[in-house]
Amino acid sequence: MNKDEPILKVNNLHVTFSTYGGTVQAVRGVDFHLNKGETLAIVGESGCGKSVTSNAIMRLIPDPPGKITAGNIYFKGVDLTKLSEKKMRAIRGVDISMIFQDPMTALNPTLTIGTQLTEGLRQHQKVSKEKAIEKAIDIMEVVGIPNPKERLKQYPHQFSGGMRQRIVIAMALICEPELLIADEPTTALDVTIQAQILELFETIQKATGVSIILITHDLGVVAKIADRIAVMYAGKIIETGNNRDIFYQPQHPYTKGLLNSVPRLDLAGEKLEPIEGTPPDLFSPPKGCPFAARCPYVMEVCNKVFPVQTEYTDSHHVNCWLQDERAKSLLATIANE
Amino acid sequence: MLRYTLKRLLVMLITLWIIITLTFVLMVSIPGSPFNSEQSSNETVQANLEKHYNLDKPYVVQYLLYIKSLATFDFGPSISQPNQTVNDLLGRGFPISFELGIVTIIVAVISGIILGILAALRHNGIIDYIAMGIAVLGISIPNFILATLLIQKLAVDWELLPVATWAGPEYMVLPVIALATGPMAIIARLTRSTMLDVLTQDYIKMARAKGLSPWKIIFKHALRNALMPVVTIMGTLLAGILTGTFVIEKIFAIPGMGKYFVESINHRDYPVIMGTTVFYSAFLIIMLFLVDIVYGLLDPRIKVHQKDGE
Ligand SMILES: Nc1ncnc2c1ncn2[C@@H]1O[C@H](COP(=O)(O)OP(=O)(O)OP(=O)(O)O)[C@@H](O)[C@H]1O
Ligand code: SF4
Ligand SMILES: [Mg+2]
Repeated sequence: MNKDEPILKVNNLHVTFSTYGGTVQAVRGVDFHLNKGETLAIVGESGCGKSVTSNAIMRLIPDPPGKITAGNIYFKGVDLTKLSEKKMRAIRGVDISMIFQDPMTALNPTLTIGTQLTEGLRQHQKVSKEKAIEKAIDIMEVVGIPNPKERLKQYPHQFSGGMRQRIVIAMALICEPELLIADEPTTALDVTIQAQILELFETIQKATGVSIILITHDLGVVAKIADRIAVMYAGKIIETGNNRDIFYQPQHPYTKGLLNSVPRLDLAGEKLEPIEGTPPDLFSPPKGCPFAARCPYVMEVCNKVFPVQTEYTDSHHVNCWLQDERAKSLLATIANE
Repeated sequence: MLRYTLKRLLVMLITLWIIITLTFVLMVSIPGSPFNSEQSSNETVQANLEKHYNLDKPYVVQYLLYIKSLATFDFGPSISQPNQTVNDLLGRGFPISFELGIVTIIVAVISGIILGILAALRHNGIIDYIAMGIAVLGISIPNFILATLLIQKLAVDWELLPVATWAGPEYMVLPVIALATGPMAIIARLTRSTMLDVLTQDYIKMARAKGLSPWKIIFKHALRNALMPVVTIMGTLLAGILTGTFVIEKIFAIPGMGKYFVESINHRDYPVIMGTTVFYSAFLIIMLFLVDIVYGLLDPRIKVHQKDGE
């Protein structure tokens, strides 16, 4: 693998769920990449497909009803969508780890912290019990759990929410993965703990060089720690850019809306404006821009054709007809028809 | 832990005392006496007999005497079989009943859990439908009807297994099936529904994300949690199996406690009735205590030594 090649590259990912009510098109052609040692934030409203995207990378989409219907997920050059379940199992927890939203439910109430911490290590690396415990103690120290030796013998209910999330993070890190996917890792925690956990991610990344995908619906969370941001809407990524691009020069009306609905220290006193309306129904998503129904700048072309990707700058891409000169000629052809 | 155990022991003793008292009250309030039904013995003989068994004394004295003998684990003599004590009968019958009961429980628990897991793992598949079909039948057919059917088909018509009595492992098969099917069905249904619930929990997803094998996920992470409700209903199932042995022993002519118990009621053999009732109550109470301990071992959140309200 080339050194500059991204560690993860997702191309045209499609995921659907068949339900009694019809087929949900949860992810509809997602492209993004993640460079080594980088933190990418995927941001978007509830239901836009963030969790489905991250579960697809781990190949943890429940099938049935879910299915990856198209696309590729290249991890270090290997297409994960083509791997057998057995090969995938050897990657989960070892090369790619995942952290879930709710630390209160992510730990098994009937097993000790020590067992849960070491079992992945023992399965994948076949180390002795003593070695595994040693490593567990080390990693607990890294994530900031006091008295690791005693606490190993305890059960999840003996820990606070913040401590449990640290344990979940320790569990994800114990096999030294290269990619860490954190799905809303701070949403269930209160604000002070949130800040501590985010800081912990930064510390870990500095120490280990792990690449991180951070999923959140809260742009405020990512401002400090994300290198790049991908904004997702109705199963598609509609704007990507580095941190500065998104926070200082957002191009997509939806991204601007998101930013306006986040409290910001530097703009204290300005009114927060939630985005009006709701995302489209994913059973039959619109063929044009999915944001059209809520967009204050909607044009005729928006309803007809999904906006192409425009390179605003090298690092900053957006899918909005406002930003693309092809809109005009397209509009003309539509009018002529 | 010690404090909890002592408290539990006290509660167990009180429960037992209430049962003893109730049995005693019921016994003396049923009309009839062990001696006026069959033998045409004359009045002096009857009076002497009643004297021998203390039946001539006031109820309070009888009651106190009874408590005293129970406290020394002496259940007294049998009336209908004068050369036998109740302890003799228990010593002969209980091991057989215990064997029947234990084998039934083991069969019911293991097959019920396996059936439940298979059904949950193949949710809405053909195995699920078959397993739950068996379960519904098992719950709805009473054990005595199942016993009769089994005897008719497997023993009489096809001559695969012995019809009755208790003389070796092959004699166990039919009574155990008859007795275990109901509890097995209940356990299977419960295991399936809790397993289905547990499999959607975040910690199962987390276990999968760790790359654990499906085997480990099911047996280490899911089953333990799925078994909690099964342990909870074990007490009820145990009581059901215990009373079930009376019926099944009668049908299969098994010389266990059930046989003596039913006979003792027909003969108004007070000491045997009371002895059996008290012995079985004590047995059940101890089993329920063990169930509680198992529950505490399975679920660390339940600390048996915890004080109330903590
Ligand atoms: N198992 C499933 N069966 C049917 N539909 C599903 C399933 N899982 C997800 N979906 C659908 O996929 C879409 C995307 O869901 P996803 O969980 O990825 O949202 P999200 O962006 O993570 O939202 P949130 O912020 O609430 O976590 C939703 O419309 C959801 O209804
Ligand atoms: S494409 Fe049109 S509808 Fe969509 S965001 Fe841009 S302007 Fe609004
Ligand atoms: Mg989600």
